Amino acid sequence: MLVLILGCGRVGARLANVLDGEGHDVRVIDGNVDSFQRLASDFKGTTIVGQGIDDDVLRKAGIEKADVFAAVTNDDNTNIMASQMAKVLHNVPKVITRIYDPIREETYQTLGLETVCPTALGAHLIEEMLDRYDSGNGAAKPTPAADRLPRDPR
Amino acid sequence: MYVVVAGGGKVGFYLAKTLINEGHEVLVIERDRRKSDSINEELGSVVLRGDACEASVLSEAGTNRADVIVAVTGDDEDNLVICQMAKKKFNVPRTIARINNPKNEQIFRLLGIDATVSSTDLIMQQIEQELPAQALVHLRILRDADLELVEAEVSPRSAVAGKKIHEISLPAETLVLVIIHDGQTSVATRDTPLQAGDQLIALTRAEKEGELRALLLA
Repeated sequence: MLVLILGCGRVGARLANVLDGEGHDVRVIDGNVDSFQRLASDFKGTTIVGQGIDDDVLRKAGIEKADVFAAVTNDDNTNIMASQMAKVLHNVPKVITRIYDPIREETYQTLGLETVCPTALGAHLIEEMLDRYDSGNGAAKPTPAADRLPRDPR
Repeated sequence: MYVVVAGGGKVGFYLAKTLINEGHEVLVIERDRRKSDSINEELGSVVLRGDACEASVLSEAGTNRADVIVAVTGDDEDNLVICQMAKKKFNVPRTIARINNPKNEQIFRLLGIDATVSSTDLIMQQIEQELPAQALVHLRILRDADLELVEAEVSPRSAVAGKKIHEISLPAETLVLVIIHDGQTSVATRDTPLQAGDQLIALTRAEKEGELRALLLA
């Protein structure tokens, strides 16, 4: 598959390394050339220095033939704009967007973006851990974490 | 009208000032304390300090009763998100975004933003007016319709000089709208002659621009 990854931070680099190892054609875009140092030394893919919200950069990275586009920069708005460009301008079949802000994530999920919200996921996992900790101590069985969560925006 | 201005930089400031002078109700949303304090000092309490991309801030700003929201931060991606949130979550009737990259006009329009303003495009139009008369001046580009409104001067060497509009083979989907002859402006009709030195305003397809230029200027 042709995979475009926007953002070569910790997540982007790890994703790139893994997919590259699986034999996919991986192209990584980042505004800062130093970010590419996170890639494995035997990375066989391509790196492109540039802004992911610049259509010229996306085209240079091969977005018109991409199968997958993953927007994982550390800026929600950049991820949101780039993903929509991938979907709406270039009809990339699979577009995944990381959005830290839970409310923005909910809005864009409603608009049809496939999203990952580390904030909500992280909080939820920690709650589950605390829930198990509570039960483990032999305290009266508490209400399961899912029932105690405030009304989930999803 | 109630107008929310997202971004309290120079553009936002002067926009707010102008709107207030025209009697509209304005709220500026600005993150930076120094900027927001300075706007408050100069224009009165018209600033909400916060990030306009956040739903909670837009809510606090009363965006649900805004008639217009204008996103004039320095970043296109922020302006996009502000306008989309305003439209989808708060049903603001008219969303206007400033864009720095003129190529972004298309994606903004496709995503439902009502209007975009690109200072790059506006300045280019001004620059083009200074180019020698071998060029078509782009008055307005309608990117997602692939149409352009252009202005040109009819060259004396042009094959069309002296002919009436209906006698000229204009490129497909091209319409001559206005003729300025000897300082007099008139709406073009099929019998209007195009004379050397006349300026005209025409609507044409982007891909036909070259043909039109060749016809009028060669």
